[in-house]
Amino acid sequence: MPLYTEGEPIADGKAPDGPIARRWEQRRFAARLLSPNNKRKRTVIVVGTGLAGGSAAATLGELGYRVSSFCYQDSPRRAHSIAAQGGINAAKNYAGDGDSVHRLFHDTIKGGDFRARESNVHRLAEISTQIIDQCVAQGVPFAREYGGLLDTRSFGGAQVSRTFYARGQTGQQLLLGAYQALARQIAARTVTMHPRTEMLDLVVIDGRARGVVVRDLVSGKISTHLADAVVLATGGYGNAFYLSTNAKGCNTTAIWRAHRRGALFANPCFTQIHPTCIPVSGEHQSKLTLMSESLRNDGRVWVPQARGDTRPPAQIPEAERDYYLERIYPSFGNLVPRDIASRAAKNVCDEGRGVGPGGRGVYLDFADAIERLGAAAVKAKYGNLFEMYERITNEDPYQVPMRIYPAVHYTMGGLWVDYDLRSTIPGLFVIGEANFSDHGANRLGASALMQGLADGYFVLPSTIGDYLADCPADTVADGHPDAVKAAGEVREHIDRLLSVGGDRTADSFHRELGGILWEHCGMERDAAGLRTAIDQISALRGEFWRDLRVPGTGAELNQSLERAGRVADFLELAELMCVDALHREESCGGHFRAEHQTEDGEALRDDENFDYVAAWEFTGTGNSPVLHREHLQFHEVRPSRRSYQ
Amino acid sequence: MRFTLRIWRQDSRDSDGRLGEYVVDDVLPDMSFLEMLDVLNERLATDGEQPVAFDHDCREGICGMCGMMIDGIAHGPQRETTTCQLYMRHFDEGRPITIEPWRAKPFPVVRDLVVDRSAFDRIIESGGYISAPTGSAPDAHAVQVRKRDADRAFEAAACIGCGACVATCPNGSGMLFTAAKATHLGSLPQGQPERLGRAENMLETHDELGFGGCTNTGECTVVCPVGIPLETIARFNRDVLKASFRDTAAS
Amino acid sequence: MAASGAILLLYVVVHMLSNLKIFISPANIDAYAVWLRRLFDGLLEYEGFVWIVRVVLLAAVLLHATAAYQLARRARAARPVGYQRRPKVQAGYAVRTMRWGGVILAFFVVYHVLDLTTGDVNPHGVHGEVYRNVVASFQRWYIALFYALAACSLGLHIRHGLWSALQSLGAMTAARQRAARLTALGVSIAITAGFLSVPFAVVTGILK
Ligand SMILES: Cc1cc2nc3c(=O)[nH]c(=O)nc-3n(C[C@H](O)[C@H](O)[C@H](O)COP(=O)(O)OP(=O)(O)OC[C@H]3O[C@@H](n4cnc5c(N)ncnc54)[C@H](O)[C@@H]3O)c2cc1C
Ligand code: HEM
Ligand code: HEM
Ligand code: SF4
Ligand code: F3S
Ligand code: FES
Repeated sequence: MPLYTEGEPIADGKAPDGPIARRWEQRRFAARLLSPNNKRKRTVIVVGTGLAGGSAAATLGELGYRVSSFCYQDSPRRAHSIAAQGGINAAKNYAGDGDSVHRLFHDTIKGGDFRARESNVHRLAEISTQIIDQCVAQGVPFAREYGGLLDTRSFGGAQVSRTFYARGQTGQQLLLGAYQALARQIAARTVTMHPRTEMLDLVVIDGRARGVVVRDLVSGKISTHLADAVVLATGGYGNAFYLSTNAKGCNTTAIWRAHRRGALFANPCFTQIHPTCIPVSGEHQSKLTLMSESLRNDGRVWVPQARGDTRPPAQIPEAERDYYLERIYPSFGNLVPRDIASRAAKNVCDEGRGVGPGGRGVYLDFADAIERLGAAAVKAKYGNLFEMYERITNEDPYQVPMRIYPAVHYTMGGLWVDYDLRSTIPGLFVIGEANFSDHGANRLGASALMQGLADGYFVLPSTIGDYLADCPADTVADGHPDAVKAAGEVREHIDRLLSVGGDRTADSFHRELGGILWEHCGMERDAAGLRTAIDQISALRGEFWRDLRVPGTGAELNQSLERAGRVADFLELAELMCVDALHREESCGGHFRAEHQTEDGEALRDDENFDYVAAWEFTGTGNSPVLHREHLQFHEVRPSRRSYQ
Repeated sequence: MRFTLRIWRQDSRDSDGRLGEYVVDDVLPDMSFLEMLDVLNERLATDGEQPVAFDHDCREGICGMCGMMIDGIAHGPQRETTTCQLYMRHFDEGRPITIEPWRAKPFPVVRDLVVDRSAFDRIIESGGYISAPTGSAPDAHAVQVRKRDADRAFEAAACIGCGACVATCPNGSGMLFTAAKATHLGSLPQGQPERLGRAENMLETHDELGFGGCTNTGECTVVCPVGIPLETIARFNRDVLKASFRDTAAS
Repeated sequence: MAASGAILLLYVVVHMLSNLKIFISPANIDAYAVWLRRLFDGLLEYEGFVWIVRVVLLAAVLLHATAAYQLARRARAARPVGYQRRPKVQAGYAVRTMRWGGVILAFFVVYHVLDLTTGDVNPHGVHGEVYRNVVASFQRWYIALFYALAACSLGLHIRHGLWSALQSLGAMTAARQRAARLTALGVSIAITAGFLSVPFAVVTGILK
C-alpha cells in the first residue's frame, strides 16, 4: 500500500488580491450581511469554550444569532486556554521600540519558517491591537506600570517588547474575560450552554455541516443538535503524545471526526515542543508542566562543559559552564524561538551533558538576575512560577538553578480552513488551535492567545454571516435520516469500545502511543524511525481493539469510556502525523528531519519542493490518505534561511 | 510508600454513598495526589471494578476543576495548593487518608468525588461581567488604571472557581468566590458603572441558589488555593450596603 | 444582625460602666438606680425611660435571635450531608461558640433579671437596694461563678461579633482588618473585665 496518494491541489479562494494591508477590510466589505431580523432566525453551534470558542459564542450571541455552545468541562471557564501563562502579542508599540503591524506580521511569517499564508498572518497582526482594547474594556487585569499604563515584555523570536501579560496567568485572565462575555449572553438567552457535553461526531446533510452528535457526560445520553452552521474551537491535539503540557482532557475527537466526515487535515506533523518544561520525574508522570517562556527573559540557560559532570551546579565554576544559546545565537541569545531552543537542549543532552536524573535536563539559572535586580524584583515577576516549580520538584529555584527540558506543547497543524476560516465542508468553521491557519511550521510565543481571540472576537463573526446569508434557510429536523444515522454510528462506536472485553486500560495504550510518537515523531525525525512508528501505531491500534477494557456502561458518568474514545481517535491521528512527517522531505520550524540539516545542524528548508500546506483527505482507517497541496506565495516577505545568530 | 485510602463512593446524584477502603502500593513521594489516584484507578479498572470518578483537567493548579476534601481539609493539608499540585511527599504512610467530595446543597454530588458546581456559573451570569460589546472598545491606553487598583483587581481575579471556599465554610457560603469576582471588576475604572448593581444581583443569586450566609468565619481564605484575602468579603459587603442605600434613595 | 447587635453592645457597655459605680459607694449606685428611673419624669411616668430602654432591648434581642436562627437554618440547609471526617475548624473558639454562646447569654439574662431587677430569686431582694441585692447574690460562690462565666462568654461573643460587624462594615484593607481585630479584642476584654470585677470583689470581700 502506498504511503499516500496525490489529489487535486487546493487553494484559498477567499483572500482578496490587492495590497496586503487592505485585504481584510476588502473582505469584510465584500461579505454579505444579515439583517438583525434574519440573524435571530439563524442558529450556530460552537464547540469549545476556550479563547477561540468562548469569544466566538459571546460575539455571535451579541450580534443576535442563536448560539449553542458545548464543552466537556463542568464550566466553560475551565477550557484549556486558562493554563496559558506567558502573554499575548499585539503590535501596539506602547514600548515605543519600533514595533508595528508590519513587524509583527514579518516576525510571525519568519517565525513560522515560511509555511504560513501571508494574508492570514497580516490580518492577525492588524487585529492584534483591537484585541488588547477589547480585553481591557472587559476588565482583564493586565500588568501595569506605576504610571497606570500597560506593561509589556519580550518573548522568543522577537526583538521588541510587545507581549502583554497578567503575571503568569495571562490565559486565565483572558479566558475569564471571554467567559464573562459569554455569561452575559447566556443570561440574555442568546447562547445556550451545554457543559459536560462531548461532541462525538459531525452531522453532514446534503454536503453541509448541519450539526453535531454529543454525549452528555453525566447521564451518558447521546443526542443530536442541529443548526445552520457549526464552529469547531476544540483546541490542539498535543495530547497524542500522552505526556504534554496540555490539560488531561484535551483531545482530537471533534476535529478528527470532522476529518473523517470530509474536512481536510492540514500539516498534522507540525507540532511544537516547548523548551522550558519541568523534566519527567518517572513512569507515573501524567502530564508535564510548562515553565513560562517569559522566564527566558531573565534566566540563563546552561549545561556543564564536560560530559557526565555530576557536580551540583553551585560547584561548577563559570569557566566550566556552557551558556550554549548565548554562544551559538549571540544576537537572540536565550530568546531564540522555541523550536531552536528545544533542539539545542536535546543536542546538549544527547552529547551527555544533560543534568538531573537520566541526564535529560538543562539549567535555567536566575543567579545573575537575582544579583542584578534583587530577589524581590525577581519574585514580583515570576513568583508564582517559582512556587509552582518548587511544589513539583521540591527544589528552591532562588537557591538552585531550575532544571528544564522540552515537552510537547502546541500543534500548528489542524483542520484546513480558508481565509474565512471555513473548512472544506461547507458550513463547518474551525477556529483557534483546532485549525492550521496562522503559524506555519512554528508558532511564536504569545501568538496562540492572539490568534484564538482574533478568530473568535473578530474574524469568524465577520465571515460567518457571508455563509449564513447564502445558505438555504430550511430547518432540518432532529429526525432527519442523516442525523439519526450519525447518532446511531456514535452509539455503535461506544458499544464497540465497551464490548472489547480485554484487559488493558485506555490509559496504558495512550502511554504506549505517546512513547512511540515522542521517540520517532518528536523533536527530530528520520525516515526509518517514522516508518517504524507507522507500523507500531497500526499494530497498537489492532491491539487496542482486541485488548481494551472499559469498565462500567455508557449510560452513566464513565471517565474510562471518555478516555477510551479519545485514545481511539489519537491512534488514528498519530498515523497521519507520521505519514505527513515522512512525506515532508525537509526541515522547517517544529518539523526537523535529521536527513535535512546544514553542516552546523540547522534546519534545511526546501522551498522548491515543499512550500505548500499539506492538506490530507481521509479515505478510511488504515487506508492511504490523499494529499492535496496548497501552494504558498510570498510577496511581502522573501523566504530566507531563518537565522537567529 | 503504601497508603490506605477511605474514599467516598456514590454512583449518582440520588443514590446513597459510603466510604470504601482501598490500599495503594508503590506510591512514590514525587507522585502528585491525583497520580496516586491514577495508580489506584488503573488497578481497579484492570480488575474490572469501577474506578473512582474525580474531576481534573489542567493538573497545574489553574483550571479549578480538581478538588476534594482530604482528611476534612479542602484541597488537603498544604496551604495555597490545589489537589492536583499536592504531592505525596507531604503525607505520612502510617495514617489512612479520608477523601470526600465537596459537600454543599448547591454542589450536588454527581458521582464519587465529582460534584456539580454550575451554581458558580449562575452567579456570574447574574452580573459578574463588564458589558463591553465586541468592537466598541476605546484604545487600551484611553483609561489609565492606578497600579494599586490594577493589583487589587488582579489579586481578586486570580480566583480559579474551585469551590473549596464553599466546601470548607461552616455555613456553606459561597461568599469568598462571589466577593472575589465582584471585587475584581469593581476595582477597575471600567467596572464602576455596573458596580453596585452587580454586587447586589450577585449576592441575591448566591442566596437564592441555597448557599449559606457568611458570618465572617474566615475559614475560606485558609483553604483558598490562590489566597483570596478576607478583605475581599468586606469590600463586597460594603458595595452591597451602598447599593441598598442607593435603592432606598432612588425609591 | 449588625444593627441589633450594636444596640445590645451599646447597652452592655453602658451597663458595665454603671456597674462600676458600685465601687464608689453603696449609696452612689443606689442613687443611680433611682436617678435612672426618674430620668425624664417630667415628660414620662416614673420608670418611663427605663421601660423604653427595656422595650428597645427586648426588640433587639428578638431581632438578633431571629437573625441568628435564620443564619443557622440556612447553614444547615446549605450542607444537608455532613462530612465523615472533619477536624476542628481552623477558625478560633470564639467563632465556634457564637450560636450556643448567644443562647446561653439569653438564659443568663432571664435569670439575671429575676435576680437583680425583680428580686424574685434574690436572697435580699429589696427594690431600690441595688448594692445589698448584688452583694447578697454574689455571696453565694456558685452564683458568682455563674456570673463570671456569663461575663466570659459575653466577651467571646463580642470579640467575634464586633470583629464581624467591623469587617462587614468595611475593614477593607489588610491594615484595617488588623485594626478591627485589635479593637474587637480590646473592647471584649474591657467589657469582660468590667463585669468580672463585681463578683470578684464580692467573693474576695472587697465589697460586703
Ligand atoms: C501550558 C500552556 C501554556 C501556554 N501559554 C501560552 C502563552 O503564554 N501564550 C500563548 O499565546 N499561547 C500559549 N499557549 C497556547 C494556547 O494556550 C492555546 O493554543 C490556546 O489557548 C488554545 O485555545 P483554543 O480556544 O483554541 O482551545 P482550548 O482553550 O484548548 O479550548 C478547547 C475547548 O474545546 C472543548 N472541547 C474539546 N474537545 C471537545 C469535544 N470533543 N466536545 C466538546 N468540547 C470539546 C473544551 O472543553 C474546551 O472548551 C499555552 C499552552 C499551554 C499548554
Ligand atoms: C439570644 C441570644 C443570642 C444569640 C443566639 C446570638 C447569636 C449571634 C450570632 C449568630 C451572631 C452572628 C455572628 C457572626 O457574625 O458570626 C451574633 C452577633 C452579635 N451578637 Fe449576638 N447573640 C445573642 C445575644 C447577644 C447579646 C446578649 C449581645 C449583647 C452584647 C450580642 C451581641 C452581638 C453583637 C455585637 C454581634 C455582632 C453583630 C454582627 O455580626 O454584625 N448578642 N450573635
Ligand atoms: C456580672 C456583673 C453584673 C452585675 C453586677 C449586674 C448588675 C445588674 C443590676 C444591679 C441590675 C438591676 C438594675 C436595676 O434594677 O436598677 C441589672 C439589670 C440588668 N442587667 Fe445586669 N449585671 C451584670 C451583668 C450583666 C450582663 C453580662 C448582662 C447582659 C448580657 C446584663 C444585663 C442586664 C439586663 C438586661 C438588666 C435588666 C434591665 C432592666 O430591665 O431594668 N447584666 N444588672
Ligand atoms: S475564592 Fe478561592 S477557594 Fe473559592 S473558588 Fe475562588 S479560588 Fe477556590
Ligand atoms: S468561611 Fe464562610 S462564613 Fe464567611 S468568611 Fe468564609 S464564607
Ligand atoms: S486540575 Fe486544574 S486546578 Fe487542579
